[in-house]
Amino acid sequence: MTSVALRSRAWKLLEMVTTPLVPSDYLDLVSPLRAGADLRGRIEAVRPETGDAATIVIRPGRGWRGHTAGQYVRVGVDVDGVRLWRAYSLTSPTDRRDGRITITVKAIPDGKVSNHLVRRATPGTLIQLDQATGDFVLPEAKPAKVLYLTAGSGITPVMGMLRDTDFDDVVMVHSAPRPHDVIFRDDLHALVADKKLRLTELHTDTDGMLDIARLGDLVPDWAERETWACGPAGLLDAAEEHWTEHGVRERLHTERFRPTVVATGDGGEVTFSTTGTTVDADGATPLLDVGEEAGVLMPSGCRMGICFGCVTPLKAGAVRDLRTGEITEAEPGVLIQTCVSAAAGPCDIER
Amino acid sequence: MTAIDPTAHLTAEQIEELGRELDAIRDEVIASRGEKDAAYIRKVISAQRKLELVSRGVLLFSIFPPAWLIGTAGLSVAKIMDNMEIGHNILHGQWDWMRDPKIHSTTWEWDHVSPADQWKHSHNELHHTYTNVIGKDNDLGYGIMRVDEDQKWHPFHLGQPMWNFINACFFEYGIAAYDLELGKNLHKRRRKNPEFRARARAVGRKIRKQVLKDYVIHPLLSGPSFLPTLAATFTANLVRNLWSHSVIMCGHFPEGVQVFERRSIKGETRGQWYLRQMMGSANISGSKAMHFMTGNLSHQIEHHLFPDLPSNRYAEVAVKVRALFEKYELEYVTGPLPKQVFSAWRKVVRLSLPNKKPKVRTPDREQELVAA
Repeated sequence: MTSVALRSRAWKLLEMVTTPLVPSDYLDLVSPLRAGADLRGRIEAVRPETGDAATIVIRPGRGWRGHTAGQYVRVGVDVDGVRLWRAYSLTSPTDRRDGRITITVKAIPDGKVSNHLVRRATPGTLIQLDQATGDFVLPEAKPAKVLYLTAGSGITPVMGMLRDTDFDDVVMVHSAPRPHDVIFRDDLHALVADKKLRLTELHTDTDGMLDIARLGDLVPDWAERETWACGPAGLLDAAEEHWTEHGVRERLHTERFRPTVVATGDGGEVTFSTTGTTVDADGATPLLDVGEEAGVLMPSGCRMGICFGCVTPLKAGAVRDLRTGEITEAEPGVLIQTCVSAAAGPCDIER
Repeated sequence: MTAIDPTAHLTAEQIEELGRELDAIRDEVIASRGEKDAAYIRKVISAQRKLELVSRGVLLFSIFPPAWLIGTAGLSVAKIMDNMEIGHNILHGQWDWMRDPKIHSTTWEWDHVSPADQWKHSHNELHHTYTNVIGKDNDLGYGIMRVDEDQKWHPFHLGQPMWNFINACFFEYGIAAYDLELGKNLHKRRRKNPEFRARARAVGRKIRKQVLKDYVIHPLLSGPSFLPTLAATFTANLVRNLWSHSVIMCGHFPEGVQVFERRSIKGETRGQWYLRQMMGSANISGSKAMHFMTGNLSHQIEHHLFPDLPSNRYAEVAVKVRALFEKYELEYVTGPLPKQVFSAWRKVVRLSLPNKKPKVRTPDREQELVAA
């Protein structure tokens, strides 16, 4: 018998020993980062970068497959007992010797996860991880000239690139409100001192916002440069327009952080994505009724919010709990009780 | 059933006000749910798993009597924790808000022969929605016993103290049969119903796995301790069954608990629903350890009012709920475990015999009775 077959038999036997749990449930108690476990990481350090940004050093589990400079990772963090998932750019080089990875997080106002990570996260905490992903990466063939156009926390994926790959001719235009808001300012200035980077640092509080039409004043040969841009939507929209206008759109690579903000109101268009049914719903009818009315086979139970027989994944949008008025927005892993939830805007129910 | 409706003194308005006050208690807990609660359930789960691992480890040497005793005691407690504070409460969705897919009502499976999803239907949906409504809530006597004067007597009931004892010993099998509605479904025609057959097969699979684990695999792993380990797991299952049966009997069977007629829940308001839960449940008083080992079902009244609030919060909720009972002049049925178990058993024995036709408790009849 091959060793693979042997191992799978041993595993089957182990499953009989641990039923109704699985062996992982016990192994997780002692070794949550082992190979074969769900991918997790352990926070090893939290280093302040600016007043509202910090770098989180994470020891990833054995299943971590590494990343490419510029990619991001989704992390699941328990905030006030609730697991919330967010994506953050990796800021560590890809070949860090100790195998640790870092993400750099800027606390945004009302940001549950970002504020938690920057201000309250403590070393030793376990977090959930997904494998690194994202197309905002450098090409295999080195471009002769590079431009990094960044603003605010848009610096983070680019810092991952800067730390990972040296180019002969790199220019960066970076905007932040004030000098002390510039994340990685010391690192950037060190690169400048080593002549590895030419940097234009714009302080928008005093200099005003970057006018993309005048980018040529700062970087005369911008159109010849392979450009990676990351920052607020306004900057990226303007850049895309500018590059298109000059017929060099293919040289611009952009990364957008914020997904579209869910607008919450009363009712909206409800999509039952598995069956491909779409209907309009008001803000007072339970989604269970909306689905049944539309001929969707909905799981159901007590119809009063107590049996949890109707819980269904909310894929997109927002719903309102008819008992408390509380709004729940779609996130990975969010299940809602359709019998006591109504549409609070357009939403997508997995049914 | 008492002759006099113990809620007759309340006006419809008062009942709705009571409902609003209970909603406020619920909202307060929901607003303050957080890290501490999450840490609590994680700690309990981790402790249970460690206790089970260690106990099973000790039982590998159960040929030595001290190891047998320690291992059996540990495994009994681990199984009780799994069923009561962990399984029952997670399957109620009490911890769904954490969004941890591993501690979620849709994914949890417990050390019990009834598959989680079947039990969720019969317990969460039927029992918790129709609490103590004769003919709707099968938990009233589990379909094999007569626990209220209003239920029709049949000579079969003479044996019910015996049935109840056997049910207590093999409680998890009783629950599985009950979730399958075996009594109703064993008729020839129903037996062939594909939906019933699929559910029966699921129970069969679960039983096979549980039996294989407890009575074959672990004894085999124990080698020379095969028989002692077999006896140990049997004992642990027996202890767990007797314990959970006792606790659960205390929830709705003791004297003072009300049952309701089918037509009484027609068009029931939220306030009336709450009131029915209050009058249909009974608590067990005791220490923190007692509350923990009952899976906080010692706070059965609070659990029935708010089945999806985290179990570790019932103790604080109980103080406020009890104050409402006093405010609205209602009887809060509670007592220490031995007293409540005795009370429930006495009822089972008493109602094994026929009784006089019950007095009706509608307000009109009540006046007639008083006048008479």
